[in-house]
Amino acid sequence: MPSASTDGFFCKGYNMIEGIFVDGLIFSIMVLGILISFRIMDMADLTCDGSLATGAAVAAICITKGMPVVLAMILAFAAGVLCGMVTAEIHNKLHIPGLLASILTMTMLYSVNLRILGNKANLPLLRVETMYTWLPKVFPHLPTEIASLLGTLVVVAFIVALFDLFFRCDLGIAIGAMGSNEQMVISQGMNPEHLKLLGFGISNGLIALSGGLLAQYQGFADANLGQGMVVQGLAGIMLGEFLFSSNKISLITLRAVCGAIMYKALMFFGRKYGYLIHITPNDFKLLTGILVIVSLFIAQTRSKASDKGAKKKAMERSAQRHAQEAPNA
Amino acid sequence: MLEISHVTKVFYPGTVNEKQAIDDVSLTVEDGDVICIIGSNGSGKSTLFNLISGTFPVTSGTITLNGKDITTMPEYKRAFVIGRIFQDPTKGTAAGMSIEDNMITASTKGMKGLRFSLTNEKRETFRKLLQPIGLEDRLKDNVGLLSGGQRQALTLLMTVMSKPQLVLLDEHTAALDPKNAETVMNLTTHYIEKYDLTAMMVTHNMEFAIQYGNRLVMMDEGQIVLDVRGEEKERLTVPKLVELFKHIKKKEFSNDEGLLTN
Repeated sequence: MPSASTDGFFCKGYNMIEGIFVDGLIFSIMVLGILISFRIMDMADLTCDGSLATGAAVAAICITKGMPVVLAMILAFAAGVLCGMVTAEIHNKLHIPGLLASILTMTMLYSVNLRILGNKANLPLLRVETMYTWLPKVFPHLPTEIASLLGTLVVVAFIVALFDLFFRCDLGIAIGAMGSNEQMVISQGMNPEHLKLLGFGISNGLIALSGGLLAQYQGFADANLGQGMVVQGLAGIMLGEFLFSSNKISLITLRAVCGAIMYKALMFFGRKYGYLIHITPNDFKLLTGILVIVSLFIAQTRSKASDKGAKKKAMERSAQRHAQEAPNA
Repeated sequence: MLEISHVTKVFYPGTVNEKQAIDDVSLTVEDGDVICIIGSNGSGKSTLFNLISGTFPVTSGTITLNGKDITTMPEYKRAFVIGRIFQDPTKGTAAGMSIEDNMITASTKGMKGLRFSLTNEKRETFRKLLQPIGLEDRLKDNVGLLSGGQRQALTLLMTVMSKPQLVLLDEHTAALDPKNAETVMNLTTHYIEKYDLTAMMVTHNMEFAIQYGNRLVMMDEGQIVLDVRGEEKERLTVPKLVELFKHIKKKEFSNDEGLLTN
């Protein structure tokens, strides 16, 4: 019987590189969800900590009741959309910050998730057909892990493609514009409340979808699954942002996915070799938090350094100009 | 076209901070009017604009646009027909997005759909529109990289692109240096003429107020104290305006600064 994992995500002791990728790819769907709220909409949304587990719970209960996996995933997505819309409505109608609204939803969701799981803290997915029991049958000549990786890759590629398309269409651009300047969106005749409903909805839909896949991959759904996930997602986003800078949505998405896999790889090596420096999985939340803080610090010093560089260049130029003018004078 | 009728705005009613910002103001704006509004700080110019555009509700009175009562219409719906440019150049554009994304958002009013309107054809149109402000080769650059003057010029372009029935210019050149202010002002008059717009412009610059537009409105303590138009306005000079203001306030000013800062 699996227990609630200490770092939330994935507690099966994998020992193959494919495991990192499968785990990272599933995680990257969640990171894309967080990317919408934190980066594109520029709003702090902690609903994630609840909606990830909601997605897992809905998917698990649907699958154990005998629903096809695809339908279970669609329902998980829909449940996530609903969670996000609750946060958006609290924020819109009561005019409280998104952060507080999402904390409310997240807290309420903990009870809701237990209800969905039938008043149990976790639900194992034993002797039922999930995506990860089905994939090895589809690719019988491939090793199980490779088959899982291929299947997950297809799902993630599909989601990434839709994500890119959406944020390049007029509606997606409008959501981005709202994140940058809400007044501008109002001035263009759009109701920001509607855009927030949509943005939070899609964001948490993706997060719940990630939860649904995760439940299938690790073989159980857990009410504690979402704990600390926002910070882990942010760590993934920030790791990705070190790779390259861009304002193109396709590259922003790509680096978020890469960052998610990098984060999972880091955690994998931490789990595998951490004992050498007396680090246990219990320390991972602390380390993740420190990772985010360090990332923020580096980003800040980088922008300061480029300011300094610009200043130095400007001074050099003016010195040159003076040097040129001096002989004439 | 715009009819403001007995509009009053009281902030913080019933508290010690109660302030009557607009006091029974009535104003009729005709089609094609270009009205310059002057007045000292706190005279209610910006509040009047906020009431017209719907940023906050009126305390009493009605606002009618083209025969339609818009007194309680939310701001985003009024934005379909009323374009507004703020003093702060960062308010009109989304800094974190490219110029082309900003322009595509501004090219149609209202909720957007799942269409891909940003085609190469559209880009070509944008490039032509951007030529007068010298930004035609920077479609993919983030707006945050532009100077205040460039941003304000872009905001102006984005506002007139959708051909609003009424444009509110809220000291839109005040945050710019004199050269950029002049460029943006020239662009403003160019667009007003080209698209035959009706505009209201708040300014602290009396020269501007006299030079531009066919009508001049002076506000003081939440009321309209002067409304001149046509030939009468053309005869105005800065000293005459100061004289008028003195007459109204029955106060002496050593120079025209008093009008602006009092």
